[in-house]
Amino acid sequence: MKSWRRTKAIAIKEVLQLSRDRLTFGMIIGIPIIQLLLFGFAINQDVRHISAGVADLAGTSASRSLVSAVEATQVLDVNVHVRTGDELEDLLRVGRISVGIYIPPDFERRITRGDKTAADLLVDASDPVILGQVQALRLMPFNLRKAPGLDFTKSPGPFEIRAFYNPERRTEVQIVPGLIGVILTLTMVLFTAIAIVRERELGNMEMLITTPVRSHELMIGKILPYIVIGLIQVAIILGLGYTVFRVPIVGTLSDIFLGSMLFICASLTLGLLISSFAKSQFQAFQLTLFIFLPSILLSGFMFPFDGMPRWAQVVAEVLPLTHFLRIIRGVILRGATLIEMWPEVLALITFFIVAMTIAVLRFTKRLD
Amino acid sequence: MTGDIAIRTEALSRYFGAVKAVDSVSLEIPKAQIYGFLGPNGSGKTTMIRTLCGLLTPTSGSAEVLGLKIPDDAEALRQRIGYMTQRFSLYEDLTVLENMRFFGEVFDMEPARIDARIAALLEDYDLGALKDRQARAMSGGQRQRLALAVATLHEPELLFLDEPTSAVDPENRRDFWESLFALVERGTTILVSTHYMDEAERCHGLAILDKGTLVAVGTPDALMDDIKAQVLTIETAEPASAKRAVQDLPGVLSIAQLGQRLHVLLDPQTEEPVRHVEEALASRSVAAQVTQVRASIEDVFVMATRGKTRRQRGRATGEAA
Repeated sequence: MKSWRRTKAIAIKEVLQLSRDRLTFGMIIGIPIIQLLLFGFAINQDVRHISAGVADLAGTSASRSLVSAVEATQVLDVNVHVRTGDELEDLLRVGRISVGIYIPPDFERRITRGDKTAADLLVDASDPVILGQVQALRLMPFNLRKAPGLDFTKSPGPFEIRAFYNPERRTEVQIVPGLIGVILTLTMVLFTAIAIVRERELGNMEMLITTPVRSHELMIGKILPYIVIGLIQVAIILGLGYTVFRVPIVGTLSDIFLGSMLFICASLTLGLLISSFAKSQFQAFQLTLFIFLPSILLSGFMFPFDGMPRWAQVVAEVLPLTHFLRIIRGVILRGATLIEMWPEVLALITFFIVAMTIAVLRFTKRLD
Repeated sequence: MTGDIAIRTEALSRYFGAVKAVDSVSLEIPKAQIYGFLGPNGSGKTTMIRTLCGLLTPTSGSAEVLGLKIPDDAEALRQRIGYMTQRFSLYEDLTVLENMRFFGEVFDMEPARIDARIAALLEDYDLGALKDRQARAMSGGQRQRLALAVATLHEPELLFLDEPTSAVDPENRRDFWESLFALVERGTTILVSTHYMDEAERCHGLAILDKGTLVAVGTPDALMDDIKAQVLTIETAEPASAKRAVQDLPGVLSIAQLGQRLHVLLDPQTEEPVRHVEEALASRSVAAQVTQVRASIEDVFVMATRGKTRRQRGRATGEAA
């Protein structure tokens, strides 16, 4: 009986404390809601609106009908038109498009002769989900017969699929480069998120802010050692990925490490920003998790970016991991260079500068 | 005149919401002295020190520290002051040497000067044997010596010590105060907060704080001489009965028991205080020896922080040194 009363007293006290700890309370409510929303809406294996490019070398009304018939399925969004197959492959490599539609000059002759497929679909197979979706497209009974000159009854079908960058369709090829980003997000953000709050909790901060040290010196000094730690983590994951999972490394190591370093800086700065809001180490941990969940769910690590609704894509564009995943997959799997992927590089640099500025401005050498 | 003043505050206030942690304090603290803030917990000592260091923005009033306006010039002040926080705030997971080096570098000291200062301080504060020990593995007295060493590493003109001896045994406290006097001899000004009466008595100047207001200012001797009370000691075998006999006498302001003795503060208007009390004791047939004694700092503190006298604090501020 006594024990129960004590237990009850503790439970009530916990509830009281929880109700006064707004952040934890918000997390209790917020995490399930956010997870449900992300899993329910954002994660859509039935991917549509995959960005595509067209190289129409035939240029006939029949070839144009094929392209519009493909667009009508909404699986592909044709955003770019180029003149040669090489240009299509370039776009595929830097990640501007995930699928290329190549229509050869002898397109109509192929249809009538019916000995081979009429056109090619070039697919970035480093994302197996997209590949699967495109395969479905090939079999899809889309309304071609209505279009004039598109009668595939004699031929083997409209498309042949050419899978690029991961012809064996192994998932680890897709996952391992992404894992670099996911692991760095968790560790880097957490390190700095906790680092400053810890000093505040232990009382070191009161002493430190009476010294002439400047806010930005403190911030940059905090992240420097972790940049090295982050690069070591990259080397470990990359090494294991190459030896154990046989992930091909097509791009240059200098691009991989330079790109990773940008992402490490952005993540560490995000941690600093968190620590300027968190009042305790526990809060810092919660906030890190709050960033981590949408990062792995929305960045394109788990599910293709193109399959997400518009709002989720907008959220994802703010997350450094989204941009890093594009960079690291492009460099490692497709041999793209950082210069070719400059929009993503610019996004990471912008994030770093903005977050660092806010963190420095929010950190005052005052106790009030 | 300004040349001899280290700190000057005018109607300095700092509120936390409705709580007046520091309430309109006007003070002048001379250079090259040990100046004490005496007060119970929550009297505003720490808030006062943090405000003077530029860590807290005053709600109203002004403060000038070493000729610099606070908080506007706080950044320039930081090179010239040392601050020893109430709670140990060095890195527990760093060694003595690592902590000292770190703070030396943060204070922009030349490497050669850092080395020279560290060598001198290890000697002065008897830390040589502990130089490679992590702070977490040190005793309260050792940590306190380390904290003082770090606070004085860059040879500040002004040193703020917030209850520096609260975690230290009496012997270490005595040694610690010897170190403070050595620093003052070299021209350092020291502002120390304490709730120990014996420490307060060792200060050159003293400000007694109560609930954020300044209730008495002066040198310990002047404060003891000017006390608005007569002090009696009653030695008796029956302190409880003696207390009952005396407590309702007209003119009795306060009674404190110290073992077999009672310490009584009487209104200064009371004539022949010893006989007055002796008669009261005799009427209850309590055998006791009554003597008039000199007021101690504790008596000054008791008088200054009594609810009634607090209303007259305007006078106390007027006596500022």
